[in-house]
Amino acid sequence: MQPWLPQRLYTRNVGFDSQTVADKNPAAVQLDRVSLLFGSFVALREVTLTLSAGASVVLLGENGAGKSTLLRLISGVASPSFGSISVLGDTPRNRRGRIALMGHASQLYDELTALENLAFFASLHNPAPAAVLRDRAEQALREVALDPANPRRVGEYSQGMKQRTALARVLLTEPSLLLLDEPFSNLDMASAQSMIARMQQWLAAAPNQAPRTLILTTHQAELARPLARTTITLNAGQLVSQEGA
Amino acid sequence: MIYLGHVLAHLRKDLRLEWRSKDFLNGMLFFTLLVLVVFAIAFDPTSYPAIARQISGGLLWVALLFASMTALNQSWSRELRNNVLDAHRLSPAPASAFFVGKAIANFLFVTFVEIVLSLVFVLFYNLHPLGDTWLLLLILPLGTWALVSNGTFFSALSLRTRNRELMLPIVLFPISIPALLAMILATTAVLTGDSSPALWIKVLITYDIVFTIASVLLFDTILNAD
Repeated sequence: MQPWLPQRLYTRNVGFDSQTVADKNPAAVQLDRVSLLFGSFVALREVTLTLSAGASVVLLGENGAGKSTLLRLISGVASPSFGSISVLGDTPRNRRGRIALMGHASQLYDELTALENLAFFASLHNPAPAAVLRDRAEQALREVALDPANPRRVGEYSQGMKQRTALARVLLTEPSLLLLDEPFSNLDMASAQSMIARMQQWLAAAPNQAPRTLILTTHQAELARPLARTTITLNAGQLVSQEGA
Repeated sequence: MIYLGHVLAHLRKDLRLEWRSKDFLNGMLFFTLLVLVVFAIAFDPTSYPAIARQISGGLLWVALLFASMTALNQSWSRELRNNVLDAHRLSPAPASAFFVGKAIANFLFVTFVEIVLSLVFVLFYNLHPLGDTWLLLLILPLGTWALVSNGTFFSALSLRTRNRELMLPIVLFPISIPALLAMILATTAVLTGDSSPALWIKVLITYDIVFTIASVLLFDTILNAD
């Protein structure tokens, strides 16, 4: 028994251990008995999980199940209270630049245009001359069906447009591991399907590139089905089921 | 060169954000001018030029210190809005470049206010410095950098606290006392011509170097703290 866990929590813990590793691929994500506590509240409880490189995973669960928390831990913007996390063979912090997280908030500056936002973040990830950065940003915006010449600031965008700009931002950073938290929440059906198509395109990396891994959380399981090679369900901070490869 | 590129990217971004929002400049200018007018009415400095020279250094720096507090708190709240800070934490760019870019941007904003303030000061207080006036060109930037480099660092430190607006002055004021003392005494020495400000300028230079290096080295830990 873990000394930090109150008895009642430990007895409820099922200690789910999933193995989805295709042996030939190194693990993209490995969690070993990861727990996260906020005071006395246990947000995640001894989650053990291995995902191979190239996996496409849909995380399901009710509100407060721990989906977003799990993504934040994998990305490295939060640290676990207990247990260890390995991403792409190292700690998440040492893999900065290869992990991208699209959270609930847009992670964009409201006062800048979409093009300015993307060019700025592109410069942090892959420094290049201004013209090159601008070209990359324009291309990324076109790929999510946004007009790069739109002079409006992101703060004036609709939620759906912000969502697509946020997606363009994370794809622009050329990550090996992409974490999307409720990416369809503010989108109409057509926009959501277009985003799914873009995700499928992104997953199908060129043969000479490293395999790309996608983990997304959603309440719209049906909508995300084309991306769900693996489906994982969380409940009250515990990993309760895993289906698929 | 790449590091410099990152610093410039952050600097350009912060200048652009301020140019479009004018959040800091309007607030700082209004506040400092208000303080100046209130003191001018309270002390009637034009009738007592010797006293005006004695107190002007202190008034200038105290007004700037309080005004920069509001701006420094806001400079990081922009990064919290929409959780942009998470995007920075996942970026491979060095965290210290983020700090340096923001500190330089804050320096430019405070310097702009300082220039306006100094001109108004000379008019309202009818100031005629008796010492080497050119030394103010050294003292003002050194003092401003001491305020903004520390302020930028400590406002980042208090980002995750609930009462961060209150936290910053509580942490920053005690640490800034040596710099504040040096900048006030150096400015007063130039205005009154009674003594040489050389010692205080040296103190300011040392303070700036030590705290800038410490902030640059520690910023990665601050940015990535849970």
